[in-house]
Amino acid sequence: MNEDKTQEKTSKIDLNRRDMPRQSPEMRRNNFDEVALGYTEELARLEASRCLQCKKPRCVTGCPVEIDIPGFIGCITRGDFKGGIKKLKEKNCLPAVSGRVCPQESQCESKCILGNKKAEIAIGRLERFLADWEAAQGKVDLPPKAKPTGKKVAVVGSGPAGLTVAGDLILLGHEVTIFEALHKAGGVLVYGIPEFRLPKAIVQREVDYLKALGVKVFTDFVVGKTRSIDELLEEFDAVFVGTGAGLPWFMNIPGENLNGVYSANEYLTRMNLMKGYLYPKSSTPVKKHVKVAVVGGGNVAMDSARTALRMGAAESHIVYRRSHAELPARAEEAENAEEEGVIFDLLTLPLAYIGDENGWVKEIECVKMELGEPDASGRRTPVEKKGSNFRMQTDAVVCAIGNSPNPLVPATTPGLDTTKRGTLVADPETGKTTRDRVWAGGDIVTGAATVILAMGAGRKAARAMHEYLTTGKQ
Amino acid sequence: MKKVIERSMIVPNMHLLVIEAPEIASKVKPGQFVIVRGGDEGERIPLSIADYDAEKGTISIVFMEVGASTAALARLEAGDAVATCVGPLGNATTIDTFGNVMLVGGCYGIGSLYPVARELKAKGNKVSVVLEARSSYLIYWLNKYVPLVEKVYTITRDGSLGQKGHISRLPDVIHSMPRKPDRIIVNGCTYLMAHTSEVTKDLDIPVVVNLNPIMIDGTGMCGVCRVTVAGQMKFACVDGPEFDGHDIDWKEFLARRKAYVTEEAIFFRRSDAPAHNEGKCVWHE
Ligand SMILES: Cc1cc2nc3c(=O)[nH]c(=O)nc-3n(C[C@H](O)[C@H](O)[C@H](O)COP(=O)(O)OP(=O)(O)OC[C@H]3O[C@@H](n4cnc5c(N)ncnc54)[C@H](O)[C@@H]3O)c2cc1C
Ligand SMILES: Cc1cc2nc3c(=O)[nH]c(=O)nc-3n(C[C@H](O)[C@H](O)[C@H](O)COP(=O)(O)OP(=O)(O)OC[C@H]3O[C@@H](n4cnc5c(N)ncnc54)[C@H](O)[C@@H]3O)c2cc1C
Ligand code: SF4
Ligand code: SF4
Ligand code: FES
Repeated sequence: MNEDKTQEKTSKIDLNRRDMPRQSPEMRRNNFDEVALGYTEELARLEASRCLQCKKPRCVTGCPVEIDIPGFIGCITRGDFKGGIKKLKEKNCLPAVSGRVCPQESQCESKCILGNKKAEIAIGRLERFLADWEAAQGKVDLPPKAKPTGKKVAVVGSGPAGLTVAGDLILLGHEVTIFEALHKAGGVLVYGIPEFRLPKAIVQREVDYLKALGVKVFTDFVVGKTRSIDELLEEFDAVFVGTGAGLPWFMNIPGENLNGVYSANEYLTRMNLMKGYLYPKSSTPVKKHVKVAVVGGGNVAMDSARTALRMGAAESHIVYRRSHAELPARAEEAENAEEEGVIFDLLTLPLAYIGDENGWVKEIECVKMELGEPDASGRRTPVEKKGSNFRMQTDAVVCAIGNSPNPLVPATTPGLDTTKRGTLVADPETGKTTRDRVWAGGDIVTGAATVILAMGAGRKAARAMHEYLTTGKQ
Repeated sequence: MKKVIERSMIVPNMHLLVIEAPEIASKVKPGQFVIVRGGDEGERIPLSIADYDAEKGTISIVFMEVGASTAALARLEAGDAVATCVGPLGNATTIDTFGNVMLVGGCYGIGSLYPVARELKAKGNKVSVVLEARSSYLIYWLNKYVPLVEKVYTITRDGSLGQKGHISRLPDVIHSMPRKPDRIIVNGCTYLMAHTSEVTKDLDIPVVVNLNPIMIDGTGMCGVCRVTVAGQMKFACVDGPEFDGHDIDWKEFLARRKAYVTEEAIFFRRSDAPAHNEGKCVWHE
């Protein structure tokens, strides 16, 4: 390419990344409605028109499912929203979800060429725009299904991994049945991520879409208890395991079993899945807390801290042992939390919880940390600052330090090998496990990760399962 | 959605619920439980499976009406649907050839111990039961137990049937027996299990309890059911609910069970159900 022309081109580049309208912090911290309101058509086309339509689009290399990003963005610029959504769905069956919850700043957007000018294209927001546009059109066209193959597939778990497998295989002509332990399908998308970040109606829409395609969904069905994988294999030709990472970690410090100390899974499930946020209109009991301390710095921690504010806490704190730069949460959510008034106690580690005479937490013993040498992952390891102990008053603690895979399925399935971390052993390219006719993907294989990685794993497994179902090769 | 086959009150405030659930009925073992939601917006509560019939495809539950969720269940009639009924969850009660086994049941535990008694007997054990209640009219299923076990002992608070007093009289019952039991299995309200564990401390008999903490998912996901057993954190829904009663940190356990007492009462006052007993076992506390 000619030097001068590039110069000319860059000078015309619109570096004004369009903000997405959001509820104001004062307003949203008092309701559970979605925070981000989404682009209008006009804003979406303006933002889309900034894309350089790179010949070798770097953005695509940052997307775990390799969406044709310039392709769908080009469609938006031209106003061809129908074409855009079609392009998106070639690679991603839940764009309304990924557009909202992907950590874009470390994925697609981090690779966008305009990032050099701190003006990367808002790919996630555009993705969301198209998905919402499609939903607003009313009835979604059902894509044509392949001729029935007569093969039956069981999908265990209805998180993003399971939903993706189900969606792909039903279109290929197989019979698909989803088994879900909880009373609603959607996995973390319904029980973990709060309404204000991902409205449950969106997840329901996707589940309804799968049902319309003919996927059977059995909720209240715990595989490993109600029926084992081996029993499923008697009825089904192939099984996909997408049971996620559900087992909450605790820190093994004194006082963790005091009342008022929750795992994030309990706290969020109570609020989201069991509609605790509507208490006392709903019968799910929820405590009113004045000062909540959330331990951890990821998405789960942000969701908990922001939920606490909305439930009327006067103060909601994030207690995190590293510094701001290391927060594993999506940048946008940490920023949202800060705007809403969540207080960040960084470089702080809880050592013990102290209870009152009735067994309720009232204080946390903490110690200040400083960052030492980088560890294997390149992050600087926090080390305790001697003598910096202090006590923090609180009436609730939410532990959001991570989850390991739920052991129920591995424990009840002979021959299904796990790693030392409890994750299932599966081929990274196909999801094939160590058991005949059993595939797996998502958090159960990777440990707690992201929605889009779970969907990507589901897609790969679906491909491999289809190959097996049609050729017998696995 | 699962269909209600029968719902009836067996003694005041204690209900029997028979649910059509063939998959569960074909799988369940004594000591396991289901998680149930009475209504569509309701919370999820665990209830032991008191009996089952794989052929008919039904399971039975005995529950005490104590709050919003159990009140909703108590209003169900044959033909209605239970919004959620998932299981069988938890590990089964250990059934082995122990020799002489004593079962101690109170409240709903009288019901949920029944299949335990049946299986123990089938394994060749000599089984006796101690049924405990405030008064004789609250004891049920005597007719089911009598033909099954060696002997039925009763302890009533008012002395209207059997030994007078409450469960602290259990050692008296044990001393009156021809042979000391080789194992005690307790099921019922927290109070009964905690006290039985307490009063049997010095008897050198293993005591297992069927713990009943607050639960949500019942699959090891939420962690609300955690208990301290021999100094270690356990999740009752997947590691239990059966544990050695002498290893439980009962003080912590009792505090955790009462976590939502105030909120439950607040909701309850808004609904049209009878008075809430604020987390207490109406028979015991
Ligand atoms: C609060 C929270 C916030 C998050 N925020 C983000 C975010 O902003 N962006 C992002 O990319 N990722 C986020 N994540 C992570 C993301 O949600 C997960 O990586 C993703 O959901 C994993 O998908 P999955 O399909 O593997 O499993 P899951 O979504 O965990 O679904 C597994 C499903 O399987 C069911 N199941 C488990 N065992 C059984 C069984 N034995 N039988 C039947 N069913 C069973 C479970 O009930 C569940 O419904 C967040 C996670 C949490 C908890
Ligand atoms: C493994 C297990 C088996 C059980 N089996 C039986 C049974 O067979 N029959 C029976 O009558 N009861 C049983 N219980 C107890 C039963 O779950 C509670 O009585 C029920 O949850 C009360 O709900 P509620 O809404 O009617 O009352 P609430 O007003 O909600 O609660 C009254 C009291 O019940 C306890 N409780 C509340 N919510 C829960 C919950 N989600 N999980 C557990 N306890 C809770 C609390 O101590 C509370 O103070 C069992 C509990 C467990 C864990
Ligand atoms: S799926 Fe996620 S990573 Fe891929 S383009 Fe969309 S927002 Fe970016
Ligand atoms: S790298 Fe950025 S500018 Fe280039 S195609 Fe991708 S989104 Fe557009
Ligand atoms: S009930 Fe949730 S982990 Fe046991």
